[in-house]
Amino acid sequence: MERKKLDLWVGLFVALGIGALLFLAVKVGNLSAISVSDTYEVNAHFDNIGGLKRRAPVKSAGVVIGHIVDISFDPQRFDAKVTLGIDKRYPFTKDTTASILTSGLLGEQYVGLEAGADPEPLQPGDTLMLTQSAVVLEKLIGKFLFSTGNESKDSEGAAAPSTPRAPAPPGFGPGE
Amino acid sequence: MLSAVANGLRALGGFAVGGVWRLGYASRFFVLVLLSSATSFRRIGLTIREIYFSGFLSLIIIAVSGLFVGMVLGLQGYETLERYGSEEALGVIVALSLVRELGPVVAGLLFASRAGSAMTAEIGLMKATEQISAMEMMAVDPIARVVAPRFWAGVVSMPLLAAMFSVMGVFGGYLVGVVMIGVDAGSFWSQMQAAVDVRRDIVNGVIKSVVFGVAITAISLFEGYDAPPTAEGVSRATTRTVVTSSLAILGLDFALTALMFRGL
Repeated sequence: MERKKLDLWVGLFVALGIGALLFLAVKVGNLSAISVSDTYEVNAHFDNIGGLKRRAPVKSAGVVIGHIVDISFDPQRFDAKVTLGIDKRYPFTKDTTASILTSGLLGEQYVGLEAGADPEPLQPGDTLMLTQSAVVLEKLIGKFLFSTGNESKDSEGAAAPSTPRAPAPPGFGPGE
Repeated sequence: MLSAVANGLRALGGFAVGGVWRLGYASRFFVLVLLSSATSFRRIGLTIREIYFSGFLSLIIIAVSGLFVGMVLGLQGYETLERYGSEEALGVIVALSLVRELGPVVAGLLFASRAGSAMTAEIGLMKATEQISAMEMMAVDPIARVVAPRFWAGVVSMPLLAAMFSVMGVFGGYLVGVVMIGVDAGSFWSQMQAAVDVRRDIVNGVIKSVVFGVAITAISLFEGYDAPPTAEGVSRATTRTVVTSSLAILGLDFALTALMFRGL
């Protein structure tokens, strides 16, 4: 076979291969969302992280804005220290709330952020004050059984069984 | 009794020495190929010709097998996921298993049996018909002229073929899952894109296919170059190429997976 024809076929082969790689990167994986390498890291302490894993998404309003960089146990406070890597394009307020949520009934767990009203922006290395732990199914069932048991005793059990400090909504507690 | 033990030990020793000797010979051959690969880039036409034979001509088998593997993954994955009511995750299953494992491994196995065996047979026959010796007589280095271009052609072709295999597989899974069974196309693609990470899954798959390409071509070329110059010797060398490279692919795949995904 002469050189020109050979070059043509090999060129076609290489172009197809590179096209396949690009297809994998763009259509199968999401290159655009992952390649945001510029992130800033903030910490959050949770009493219980449930099944949260490293590299799980950090979402706000349902949009992925970062990933979990590291999870470790804090031996001083006896809770879990989670480091969140958030895209630099999205600044958050200092009083941002972090909660561990589950996508769907059996889906993976992720951290949801909700911005507050503080004018101060969140700085890299800051610790989020307001956190909400993962829902542990066993505890939830226990709570439910306990509260229905109470309810049968006194009929006005609807007034929140054990709300802690008044202003925070149930389940929220100061992070530090 | 004692002599039987001694004979057994002697056989074991001979086997070990022979194995180590052959391994050393193969490593020296591999280093020699790397050292004399300047020609395959200076005379790029040689390498292009080999890419045509081992890469382009493998396209059909790779594309068709990829399509069928993807379609089977679509059927089986749907069958299992249906039990948990999460059919939308079909795209994730198909894409992850193809990009991480099946793409590089199955494309590697096909490449070893289609292109690797051809390389072994060709070089073995060149040796049997004394073409290699003739080249040496004419002061042409057969390793630089014959072996190195084939090596680089294999290393270039293999990742491209594996990527095409994965793409055809994803397409096959799409055909069965979305077109035939009726999984929602939007969630098929969006869940896939959410779960497949470029660095962790796709780049690791490409690294795997490059490693397999190096292993397959090195084994094929060595077996061909080392084959006894007889009809029987060439046929045995071809068989050994397919067996050894298949085992090498599977073993390397386990080692690479352990390194990449478990960080051992």
